[in-house]
Amino acid sequence: MEFDDEIREFLIESDENLANLDREIVHLEQNPKDMQLISSAFRTIHTIKGTCGFFGYNILGSVTHITENILSQVREGQRDLTPELISLVLEAVDAVKALLATIEATGAEGEDATGPLRARLEAAHREGARQNAEQQPSPASGPQPTAANSHEPGPEAVLHPPTASVPAPSAQSAMSGEPASISTLAASSEAPTAAELPAVPDAPASSRAAAAVSQQRPEPPVNMHADGTDRPVTPPPSPQSEISVAAVPSIAKAAVSVPAQDTARAATPDANRDTQLADSAIRVDVALLNRLMNLVGELVLARNQLLQDTSSHSPALQQTSQRLNLITSELQEGVMKTRMQPIGVIWNKLPRIVRDLASQVGKRIHIEMEGANTELDKTIIEAIKDPLTHIVRNSCDHGIEMPEDRVAKHKKPEGLLLLRAYHEGGVVNIEISDDGAGINPEKVKAKAIEKGLLRAEQAAQLSERDALHIIFLPGFSTAAAITSISGRGVGMDVVKTNIEKIGGSVEVQNRTTGGTIIRIKIPLTLAIIPGLVVTLQGEANSKMQEEGEGEQTGCQRRRGPDGSNGYESYEERFIIPQANLLELVRLEGTDQLKRIENVHGTPVFHHRSKLLPLVYLSRVLGRGRGFNESSRMSEAVNIIVVQAENRQMGLVVDRICDTQEIVVKPLGRQLKGLVSYVGATIMGDGRPALILDVAGLARLAGLGGQTRQAAPPEEALTVRSSARPQMMLLFRAGPYERLAVPLASVDRLEEINTALVERAAGRAVLYYRGDILPLVTVGTVLDSSAANLSITGGLAQVIVFASGAHRLGLMVDQILDIVHEPITAQRATTAAGLLGSAVIGGRITDLIDLQALVASTGENWLEPLSGTTLPAVIPANPIALSSQPVVQ
Amino acid sequence: MNPTSSATLQYATFRIQDLMLGIEVTRVQEVIRYQPMTVVPLAPAVVEGLINLRGQIVIAIDTRRSLGLTRAEGDALPMNIVIQSGDGLVSLLVDEIGDVIDVPAEAYAPVPDNMPQQQRELINCVYDLPTGLMLVLDTARVLENACH
Repeated sequence: MEFDDEIREFLIESDENLANLDREIVHLEQNPKDMQLISSAFRTIHTIKGTCGFFGYNILGSVTHITENILSQVREGQRDLTPELISLVLEAVDAVKALLATIEATGAEGEDATGPLRARLEAAHREGARQNAEQQPSPASGPQPTAANSHEPGPEAVLHPPTASVPAPSAQSAMSGEPASISTLAASSEAPTAAELPAVPDAPASSRAAAAVSQQRPEPPVNMHADGTDRPVTPPPSPQSEISVAAVPSIAKAAVSVPAQDTARAATPDANRDTQLADSAIRVDVALLNRLMNLVGELVLARNQLLQDTSSHSPALQQTSQRLNLITSELQEGVMKTRMQPIGVIWNKLPRIVRDLASQVGKRIHIEMEGANTELDKTIIEAIKDPLTHIVRNSCDHGIEMPEDRVAKHKKPEGLLLLRAYHEGGVVNIEISDDGAGINPEKVKAKAIEKGLLRAEQAAQLSERDALHIIFLPGFSTAAAITSISGRGVGMDVVKTNIEKIGGSVEVQNRTTGGTIIRIKIPLTLAIIPGLVVTLQGEANSKMQEEGEGEQTGCQRRRGPDGSNGYESYEERFIIPQANLLELVRLEGTDQLKRIENVHGTPVFHHRSKLLPLVYLSRVLGRGRGFNESSRMSEAVNIIVVQAENRQMGLVVDRICDTQEIVVKPLGRQLKGLVSYVGATIMGDGRPALILDVAGLARLAGLGGQTRQAAPPEEALTVRSSARPQMMLLFRAGPYERLAVPLASVDRLEEINTALVERAAGRAVLYYRGDILPLVTVGTVLDSSAANLSITGGLAQVIVFASGAHRLGLMVDQILDIVHEPITAQRATTAAGLLGSAVIGGRITDLIDLQALVASTGENWLEPLSGTTLPAVIPANPIALSSQPVVQ
Repeated sequence: MNPTSSATLQYATFRIQDLMLGIEVTRVQEVIRYQPMTVVPLAPAVVEGLINLRGQIVIAIDTRRSLGLTRAEGDALPMNIVIQSGDGLVSLLVDEIGDVIDVPAEAYAPVPDNMPQQQRELINCVYDLPTGLMLVLDTARVLENACH
C-alpha cells in the first residue's frame, strides 16, 4: 500500500506501542496492583487512541477509547484488575492489532466487526462505574470531542469548532473532526507527574502549526493533569526532538504531521526521559540503510582493486591507499553497527505469546530472558524471528508438562522457559532452554522409523545427540495430537533451514537437570567477510561440439590473441569463508602416501591424530577429478582443513592463494538452490567468484556424523587416556632411541658447535646468551654406562630448559618430532632419570625425568620445572603411576 | 496469448540462429556486449555463468540452450540482453542484437505448427513482419525453466 508518511509512521509507532502494551499487561497479570505498570499501560492505550483519532480511524478510536476508560478506572483505584478484566483488555488489544493490520493492507479500517467486543467492554466499564459512586460513564462512541473522558471536558469542546471545518490539505485521510490540538491535548495530559512534564515549547507554537492548516485557535488548550487539576497545556515537543528521516514531508505536511508524531512521542511512558532519548536517536528507513551497506560494499571492492594495483606505484599513492584502507574498514564497521538491533525487539513479543499459549493449554509457564540487549544485524533478526517463536511454542506445547505432572515429578508447578543471548568470538549464541520433560530419544527414533524416515538398523546406531537431531528432518513430529500451535511436522526442519540460510547452526540437547536446551549459533557479520581464495585448474575441452552430460569444465569461451576460437584452460577461483577455516596443510611426495588413505571408499587423511574425511573440491563440484591411486603420487596436495556444523574435513584444491575481504552478494533465484555456494563476490579484477558453503559441500560429499578419532595403529594400545593432549618433544640421545619431554618445559632448541663447550667445576658448560649454561647428556642421569660418552666434535643439538633465571642444556643426538596428543602411559619405572614410558606418536617412548636432570647439575632450582611429574593419565596398569596433575 | 489492443508495441529484437525473437522493450534493462563469465559448477544446464554488471552479479542464461539449440558455430561471441526479473536482473545470451521496432497489432500471427515443443513453450506469440516472423519470447518462462 502506498501510504502517506504520517500513516506509515503511525502504523510503525502503534506496532511498537502495542508490543510494549502486551508486555506490560502480561507483567500486570503477575502484579495487578503495580501502579506504574497500570499507568504505563494506560498511557500506551491513550496514545494510540489519540493518534488514530487524528487520522479518522473511528473504529480504532472507539475500541481504544473504552479500553482506556477501563484502565483509567483501574488507575484511579476505582476497581481492581481482575484476570477476567485483563483477558478482556487483551482481547481489545488484539482487536486493535487486527484493525491496524487491515489498515496496513487496505488503507482503511474495513468492516466494523468490533461491535460485540465493544459492547462487552462497555458493560465492563459500566460495571466498574457502578462500583464507584462518583464516576460518570462515558458514552461509547467515536472520538468526537463530546466523547472525551471525564478528565477533559471543557477545553476540547471549546477547541473543537474552530478546527473542525477546515480540511487538512495534505493529509490523505479525512480528519474526522478531531483536530490536532485535541490529540495534542490528550497526549500531553498524560504526563504522569508535574515534574515529568516534558520541557516543550510554548503552546502557541503548536497552535501555529495547527493553524497553518486550520484557523487560529481562540485560546491555548488547557492541560488537564492526571489528578484533575487544570494546568496550562504544555504542547508537544518541538519538531527538533523527533526526526523521522524516512518521512521527509513537505512543509505543509510537516505542520500537520508534527502534532501527530509529537503526540505519540510526548505520550509515551516517562515522556520526559523519552524526549531526551528522542533527541539522541533517529529513525531511519531500512531501505536507506541497505543502500548504505551496498555502497560500503562497493567501496570495499574498489579498495581491494586499488590495493591490488598499487603494489609497485608511487609511495604517495601507497600511503593514500593505506589511509583509504583504514577509512574504509572503519566506515564498514560503522555502517554495520547502524543495522544492529537488540534481540529484545523479538523477545518483547514472547511473554504475551507464552502467556496465551500457557492459558490455552492449561499450563503455567514463566519466561525469563537474559541478554535482551545483545545486538544483531537486522537481517538476522528478521530471519530468526519465526524460528525463535516456533521453538518457544514447542517448549510450551510439548516440552513443559502440565502442572499436575510436574508436581508429581517433584518439580515446581510453574515451568521455566529461559532465553539467553550472548556474543562469543564473532558468533551470536542464542539458547532456549526449558525445565520440562526433555526429548525422549527412543520415542523420537520410534517415530522416525514409523514415518519411514529411518530404518531400524540406522536408528539403532544413532547416538543420543544424533537421535535428538532427528527432529530436524522434514516431515517429523511426535505430537500425538497436532495442536493448532505446533506439531504439524513442518516446524523444526523449517527452523533449521531458516537458520542455516543466514549461515547459522542449531543444536538440541537434553539438559541433565531435565528439560531441553536448543542452541543457535549465528555468525555476526553477514555482508563483508574475510575469505581464502583458492583455485581449481580448468581444462581445455571440446564442449562446443557436444552437448549432454559431459564433465563440466573450467573453461570459458575466449577469443585467442589471433582471433582463433581457442578454449583456454584457466584457473577457477572460489572463496572459502575464513569463519570455516581451521588450517592449511600441504602434503608433498611420500607424505601423501603416509597420510592419505582410502577407508571403505572414502578418502581420509591423518591430521593431528584424527582421521578427517577428504573432499576433493573438483569432484564434489562435478569435475570428476578426485582421489585415485595416481593422484596420490602428484607432487603436492593442498588440503584445507575446514569446519562446518561441528564437522571437520579436509578440502583438496589445486592452489591456495591469499586471504581477502570480500563482499558477499546473494545469488539469483536460479542458483539459490545450490547448496554448494553461499553467494558470490566480485574480485579485484572485476570477475565474479563463487563463495563456497562448507556445510553444503560436506553434505554434497555425503559426509555425516562427527569426526572420527584415529584408530591407534597397534592393537595392543587399547587404553584411551582421558588426559588432555599435550605437546611433547621427541628426541634421540645416546642409546635411547626415543625420548620425550613436555614441550612446555622447553625453552629453546639450539645447535651449538661443540668446540665451544668448556668445562667448569668438572662439568660441561657453555657460554650462552650472556650466561653460563650447564650442559648434560642423557648419560648424566640415565644409564651410567653412557655416562662417559664424550661430546663428539662438530655440531650438537641442545635442548635448553629454563625456569626463571636458571637454565640447563641437554645435549641430544637428534630432535625427532613434536607431537600433540594425550599421553597414555603404559608403565611406570623405578629407573633413575625416567618417569616411565608411554605411547607417543604411535611408538613406545621413554619419558625423561627432568627433575633428575636438574638435580644432576647440583643446583636447586626453586620452582618445580614443568614436566617433573608424569602427565595425568588413566593408568592401564594397576601398578599405579603417580597421578598428580602436570604442572603447566 | 493475444496481443493487447493498443495499436503498436515496441519490441527489442535479437537473433538466435535463424530465429528472430523479440522482448517487449519495457522489460529490457540494457544491452551489452559479451562479458567474461564465471562458470558456476553444478548450476542448471542453461546457466552459462555470472557476469559483473557495474558491481552487480547477474546470472547469464544461454538462450540457445533454453530453446533446445546447440551452441553457435564460429568465432562470434554472444551478446547480453539484460532484463528485469522478479528479484533482480538476469542476462540472456543471444547471437546478435537487432533493432527496436514498432510492431502493429494486426501483424499478429499464430505460432507455426512445425515449431518444436521446447521452443513453443517459450514463445508467447508471433508477429508476421515484412522482414520475417518475429517470435515473442516468454522471458518469465525462460527464467523459471532455468531454475532446474
